[in-house]
Amino acid sequence: MDDSILLAHGSGGKLSHELVEKKFLPFLANPALNKLDDSAIFEASGRLAFTTDSHVVDPIFFPGGDIGKLAVCGTVNDLAMNGAKPLYLSLSVIIEEGFLLSEVERIVQSIKKAAEEAEVSIIAGDTKVVNRGQADKLFLTTSGVGIIPPGVDISGANARAGDKVLLSGTIGDHGIAIMSQREGLRFAMTLESDCAPLNKLVSQLLEVSSRIHCLRDPTRGGLATTLNELARQSKVGIAVEEARIPVKEEVKAACELLGLDPICVANEGKMVAIADAADADKILAQMGKNSYGRDAAIIGEVINEHPGKVVMKTKLGPSRIVDMLSGELLPRIC
Amino acid sequence: MKFIDEYQDNKLAKGLAYKITQRSTKTVRLMEFCGGHTHAILRYGIRQLVPKTVEMKSGPGCPVCVTATADLDKAIALAHLPDVIITTFGDMIRVPGSYSSLQQAKAEGADIRIVYSTIDAVEIAKANPGKSVIFIGIGFETTAPTIAASILKAQKEKMENFHVLSLNKLTPPVMKALLDSGEVKLDGIVGPGHVSVIIGSHPYEFIPQDYGVACVISGFEPLDILLCIDKLVEQIEKGEPKVEIAYPRGVKPEGNRKAWQLMEDVFEIGEANWRGIGIVPRSGLKVKGKYEQFDADKAFSVSPKPPREPKGCRCGDVIRGAATPVECKLFRKVCTPERPVGPCMVSSEGACAAYYQYGTPENLQGF
Repeated sequence: MDDSILLAHGSGGKLSHELVEKKFLPFLANPALNKLDDSAIFEASGRLAFTTDSHVVDPIFFPGGDIGKLAVCGTVNDLAMNGAKPLYLSLSVIIEEGFLLSEVERIVQSIKKAAEEAEVSIIAGDTKVVNRGQADKLFLTTSGVGIIPPGVDISGANARAGDKVLLSGTIGDHGIAIMSQREGLRFAMTLESDCAPLNKLVSQLLEVSSRIHCLRDPTRGGLATTLNELARQSKVGIAVEEARIPVKEEVKAACELLGLDPICVANEGKMVAIADAADADKILAQMGKNSYGRDAAIIGEVINEHPGKVVMKTKLGPSRIVDMLSGELLPRIC
Repeated sequence: MKFIDEYQDNKLAKGLAYKITQRSTKTVRLMEFCGGHTHAILRYGIRQLVPKTVEMKSGPGCPVCVTATADLDKAIALAHLPDVIITTFGDMIRVPGSYSSLQQAKAEGADIRIVYSTIDAVEIAKANPGKSVIFIGIGFETTAPTIAASILKAQKEKMENFHVLSLNKLTPPVMKALLDSGEVKLDGIVGPGHVSVIIGSHPYEFIPQDYGVACVISGFEPLDILLCIDKLVEQIEKGEPKVEIAYPRGVKPEGNRKAWQLMEDVFEIGEANWRGIGIVPRSGLKVKGKYEQFDADKAFSVSPKPPREPKGCRCGDVIRGAATPVECKLFRKVCTPERPVGPCMVSSEGACAAYYQYGTPENLQGF
């Protein structure tokens, strides 16, 4: 039988040390972490970006990723969306008693892989164990610091009328991949989550254009929520065209079946970029060169009308409001 | 899985809209029965495509919305019984009852679980032999066969802890009740798509025969709906109302006999309490006597306080097509998807939720 996490693994004593030394350090080793001091020490100068994110995804393993990959990509992407180059992450782990040690290792390996791809180091960490039932298997919190290159000023408040709205690829992949695995709603699909670190794509875009005004990753709440956030923050209107928004066949089909709108479904490896119209084609071409931006498209523009609101020209031609997602995405009954 | 983009084709849609415009000489009032249709119409902007002569009203076809407050109160009372697990479709848990909601009961410690199918509820019962599992059976002829199947499964497996609170409702009787009331004068009905997959088209024959109202069954894709509107306008212009199927890939005139038989085996027809409409005779499904051990109404006794409706909420009027969501004073001001006052704002099939979510650019001002 596989060994399980015991409450003693969280006691701070021998088993706690063993857990860290056997399951975390071998995979995440780096000079700052290896010291095992109470805090990690690093050098940095310039403008820094700092962010934190907790991850409680269910199921923790899903097609195209797992909670570990998600925790790294989520924080890396949050830094990248302000134009920062991510450098260091911290990792806090809350584990439910009884969780398999082999699965802890599987998740840490996935963290290692994602961190390597994003070229970030995990330099601080913590583990806690809670009684069975007090957490759902395993929760992760990652915080991250990144450095913003001189001259880069990217913010959700920077969109200006006339700007173009770009989307780096198909939407809804993550949300539908997760839903297809949920208890009680399993359906067979080949779809995988799009979970990916976008920091390299961002730095490639910054190389070709200095006129990128906003970047944001449409995670929970989907594209609809992100566009609304940007419109409100920048006090501008946004007009997009449904027909230009890339959606995979599988996602379209699953959404129709369940009565969901793909623009409200979560993504973990996509971003919206708002940039000066003069640079839009250049940025689009650059996105297309990166595998995470292969299906990129210009989906709309920033306008002066109806500030704070998003309007979408539907596939059939008329326009409608796009509101933020409210409540949970639930399949229709009838 | 391959999705059929043809049903969302822009050119075909414009062609159909043009055809409707050419055909339509007089104002007609149509009601889409299904909340699914209301959502599709607003999501794709179909109202802006059809001529002004075509007026669309939303109908009662939202399972969560038509559930009477008294029935919801009963479900909440059941949730507070010891050793009971309530299983329900997701939207139900957010609907405010008279004094509480299932969501509130859950926060207070009641064991309430969202399921996507009734068979999951049976599985939960199997995994929890020491508890009684009650499924809140809402929906129309679409969900009733699966609920019947879950009762048969529980019987086959000799389970004693699975129960259904049957609040299932039937579509044709409520259509009759609406037409009888004459409150909303209708020329045509966009007939329910998924319900008709089960019951076929014959049960609607009384609509043209007794009331002279056109009835065309529609699918849920935008082109399905436009085709349905075209057929309705054609019938009304010619003065030849009849029942037609504009959703032949899903609906056969005779329906799905197997699903029907499941329903007939497990349920008998009785009265049902509809929000906004009241008691409609022969419009509900009750668990038959031979399966009474699975009937939550027989197995448990609760007596919730008398129901009261939320003050100012016009969900009842919206359900009957007597008011549009924007005519409700609470709409968007007090009642929002985050803090819904009535069920029509909660459900993903509710008319208020659709109006809130999709709006139209013309009313951006009031948004």
